[in-house]
This record gives sequence, structure tokens and C-alpha cells, in this order.
Amino acid sequence: MGAGIDTAVDTATDAEMDNERRLFDYLLRLGDSPLVLAQRLGEWVGKGPIIEEDLALTNVGLDLIGQARLWLSFAGEVEARYAGKRRDEDQLAFLRDSGEFRNLLLVEQPNGNYGDTTARQFLFDAWHLLVLRALADSADPRVAEIAVKGAKEVAYHVERSGDWIIRLGDGTDESHAKMQAAIDGLWMYTGEMFRADATELALVDAGVAADVRALEAPWRQTVEALLAEATIAVPASGFMQGGRGRGGKQGVHTEHLGHLLAEMQFLPRAYPGARW
Amino acid sequence: MANEWPLWEVFIRSQHGLAHKHVGSLHAADPEMAIRNARDVYTRRNEGVSIWAVRSSDVVASSPGDKEALFEPANSKIYRHPTFFPMPEEVKHL
Repeated sequence: MGAGIDTAVDTATDAEMDNERRLFDYLLRLGDSPLVLAQRLGEWVGKGPIIEEDLALTNVGLDLIGQARLWLSFAGEVEARYAGKRRDEDQLAFLRDSGEFRNLLLVEQPNGNYGDTTARQFLFDAWHLLVLRALADSADPRVAEIAVKGAKEVAYHVERSGDWIIRLGDGTDESHAKMQAAIDGLWMYTGEMFRADATELALVDAGVAADVRALEAPWRQTVEALLAEATIAVPASGFMQGGRGRGGKQGVHTEHLGHLLAEMQFLPRAYPGARW
Repeated sequence: MANEWPLWEVFIRSQHGLAHKHVGSLHAADPEMAIRNARDVYTRRNEGVSIWAVRSSDVVASSPGDKEALFEPANSKIYRHPTFFPMPEEVKHL
């Protein structure tokens, strides 16, 4: 065979490998946010304000874990296609360090009071639903399939969390003040949800990823309408964390993620291969 | 206790059942929340296709003390039960 042909083949393979690497990274982004948020929600088990809420909130957490499993399993398969090693969903969830996590900064923020937890949930749910609905049209059939399944669950999540924003925001003076403080405090973590870096843009061009830049306007519309109903003021758009391409999606996290992972990963790390 | 949310009785129609069946009760501030909580507390394992929630205080119940007066008389009247007719083999679901 001529050298020219070899070169052409290698180049094509490299480009394909790059796409697989990007897809792996993107799947971690999709899977890590629900995984980390589910861990946060799990911290409420047994501590919810009433038992009905305790169950409902952890139901949402279980939905999110189910979604994270699908994304991370798929990520493991994609990685095997180019890296020659195969990590399953558990290895990806429990044996990566914080710098390798690709979740949004918003979801790793501490639970705070119930208003803080609810505000974090709503801001995420509203974004999550838009992303999953956009991904339903993904050129990658597996991505589309997982997104369609998740969107049904998330449609309920956003209704539920939105309802609580209204109840607490438009409730007593105290609940209103707490909800306003919660929204104000979390607002700076919402900016990166609508930033796309080179990894994401390449996949947007390939028709695989959702273009989050286009989701900011509908997200704002949903959030602003709901906050108005809840008599909560929309915070001014000031400084946003994770802007300029250095945020959760790139593995640059707040101090909180490491502590969360220490608890979440302790058992599988201390007892490798432990089973029920 | 005055600050507690009112109690609701929850009825679920299962996948195959025709009638709603009482499954339990829960607390909720209003009807919307009652349905939502019922969904989360009682249908987590895909148990139902329809939910009814009724304020417990709106349920009219017979008193256990009236048990004899209400139900005893039926016991001694066997002719009220259609047990004296031979059933043809072909008739199903009786």
C-alpha cells in the first residue's frame, strides 16, 4: 500500500476518535449533573419538612439517578470505542475525582434550607427539560432515546419545584424572604448553563448535542414568569460563575463538590468491588 | 397541631382495576398538593392510572357501635342471598 493512502486512513480515524472523545465528555456532562443533584437530594432523606415531601423529593432524586445511569453507561461504551478500556457506570460514578466531573456548578451547591434546595431544583429543572427536549432530535439515536425517556420525568420535576417556588415565594413574609435570598444566591451559577465550549459546539455542528445558547431565552421566559407569580424579583444579571469556559462542564468546580464526592464515593473506594 | 396540614384519603385506580381503591392517607395543604403527594407517596411503583383524594373530614362513616343494628339483620335472612338457584355451567364470572 502507498504511504498516501495510509495517511488518509489515519487522518480519518483521528477525526473519528476526536468525535468519540467529545461525545464521551458530553455524555459525562449530561450524566454528572443528575448524579450530583441526586446525591444532594439524598442528603434530605429522613430530614424533609414532612414525610410526604421527604418521599417526593427523594423520588425526584431516584429519577435523576436512573437518568445518570443511562448516560454514564453509554459514556463507558463510547470510551471503550476509542480508548480500549471499558469503565462501567459505577466506575465512572465512584472512581473519578472532582476534576473529572462535568456537572454544572449549580447542582453541587449545598442544600441550605428547604427554600435553597427548592430554588436550586427549579433553576435546574427548567434548564434540564429544555435540554432533554432539544436532545430528543439528536442525530445520535441513543442520545435521543435517553433524552425522551428522561424528559417525561423532568416535566414532572419542573412542575413540582415550580409549584413550591410559588408557595414559598408567595407565602409568609419569612418564606418570601428566604426564597428571594435563595434565588439571589444561586443566580450566579446559572450563567454557565447557556455557555457552549469547543467540545459542545463541535457536537452541535454534528447534530448530536443541544445548542444551549439557544435555550437561554426560553429558560428566562419560564423562570421569569414563574418568579413573577411567586412575587420574587428576578436578580440583575451580574457576575456569573464558570463563565469564559472555566466552569463545572470543564471540571473546574466549587469547593463543595469534593466534600460531596468524599461521602458519595467512600464505600466503593474503601471496599473495592463491594456488593449488596 | 393547629398548624398541621389537613388529612386526605387517597384512592387509586390500578392498571387493571375498574374501581378506585382506598390505599391510605396523607397530609396536604390543598387539593393540588394532595394529588401531587398522592402521586409521590402511593404510585411510585407504577401502581395506578388515576388518583382520587378526598378530605378525610368530608368522609361520612358508619359508627362501629352501630355494627349490630346495621349489619346483623342481613345475616339471618338467607333468602336475601341468591344461593338457591342452580347455575348453568356456561355462565361465567359469577
